[in-house]
Amino acid sequence: MPKAKQKKQQSLHKRHSDLAMANKQLEKLSNGIFASGELPTFSEKIKETDQFPLRPNKLEILQINVGYMCNQVCEHCHVDAGPDRKEIMTRETMEQCLEVIRNTGAHTLDLTGGAPEMNPDFRWFVDEASKAGIKDFIVRSNLTIIRANKKYYDLPEFFKSHNVHVVSSMPHWTRGKTDKQRGEGVFDLSIKALQELNAVGYGMPDSDLRLDLVYNPSGAFLPGDQASMEKDFKKALLEDFGIHFHNLFAITNLPISRFLDYLIASENYEDYMYSLVEAYNPAAVKNVMCRNTISISWDGYLYDCDFNQMLELKVASKIQHISEYNEDILNNRKIIISQHCYGCTAGAGSSCQGAVAN
Amino acid sequence: MASNNYYDPADLRKFGNITEWSKELGEKFFDYYGKVFEEGALSAREKSLIALAVAHTEMCPYCIDAYTKDGLQRGITKEEMMEAVHVGAAIKSGATLVHGVMMMNKVNKLEM
Repeated sequence: MPKAKQKKQQSLHKRHSDLAMANKQLEKLSNGIFASGELPTFSEKIKETDQFPLRPNKLEILQINVGYMCNQVCEHCHVDAGPDRKEIMTRETMEQCLEVIRNTGAHTLDLTGGAPEMNPDFRWFVDEASKAGIKDFIVRSNLTIIRANKKYYDLPEFFKSHNVHVVSSMPHWTRGKTDKQRGEGVFDLSIKALQELNAVGYGMPDSDLRLDLVYNPSGAFLPGDQASMEKDFKKALLEDFGIHFHNLFAITNLPISRFLDYLIASENYEDYMYSLVEAYNPAAVKNVMCRNTISISWDGYLYDCDFNQMLELKVASKIQHISEYNEDILNNRKIIISQHCYGCTAGAGSSCQGAVAN
Repeated sequence: MASNNYYDPADLRKFGNITEWSKELGEKFFDYYGKVFEEGALSAREKSLIALAVAHTEMCPYCIDAYTKDGLQRGITKEEMMEAVHVGAAIKSGATLVHGVMMMNKVNKLEM
């Protein structure tokens, strides 16, 4: 079995890179072409269509980040996740989350990371959370974790026994593009993991065990049409490896953290921001995910989305922690925005559930 | 602003500005252009590869820039892109070589 090797073994945090700091990223996103007026800021842009300030609609999704530790060090990772990240949600914070999960009006629970499976209390938490009767229970699995260590080999069965909806990353149906973004050997391990998920029923036509894939472009360009990409992925993965899956979510890379670092280092930053602004679609703002989601960090703080979490932009509300959670008060907040938000409003829009505008 | 180069990558972003000096013709062109690249008897993916090949035979830097990016966005692989460029190159060189027949005809006519 091939072992996944990463090109860059360390997170920006471990490397003490300037861009590991949220304020440095926000500075970059507010200066240059945006400060000079060459491009409009996101708030100026949404003002054009009277969508400022951005406010939440009905809460539908609780997204919980159970820790930034990951077995991979993907080049585009907005979390700056990796084996060297030690931020992990404790059982105490999980208990507080469970209290919220039992009482929320949200219909979807979405666990993410890092690799959420690496949290030592992951299985206990899934066990407890699945009893709350939430309609759609998502775990974002990077696939290779299933093959990373013997203790994870039974994850497909574990997911199945809890009727978990598995959402996994797959940047391309070819080895070269996938390994370039996610690390050498990742493609082969991911294929093996997908076959194992298929073997227990995940992703099979007519199966209730949902298996969806996430596509992120492997470079400084935007994702193409989600439906066409899904067709191409399905054809290639079935023909080459006999793999089935349900839906493909095309997600735009947001210019923060490691992807921002890549954009700057490859001298693509300005062109990429131009592409995002040129592709701005006011219809996508209507359904942008921060309007129906609350993101909870490993230490229990609340954010408008996982990206704002990484930029350390807590919700603009007197309620900022899971221990004092109140959905009504939270729903009255103004959503915090900056130029990274253009990533969610380009073209057909982008969210953790894929495109948002048709 | 005039630059010191005939070609400036930033000019590609200004392509739409051509409507400013001739609104009707510019808009008609962009409507037509948009329509051409829609899904039709040929898929938008196939059209993107044709555009990339033609971009090379026309040696248009703007078009090469635009359709390389367009191809990546559509998930087109670099092997597919290079094959498309070879199709363009083959037609270009074929077009040169087929004129060799003209030369042969002329030689045959003039020589005793």
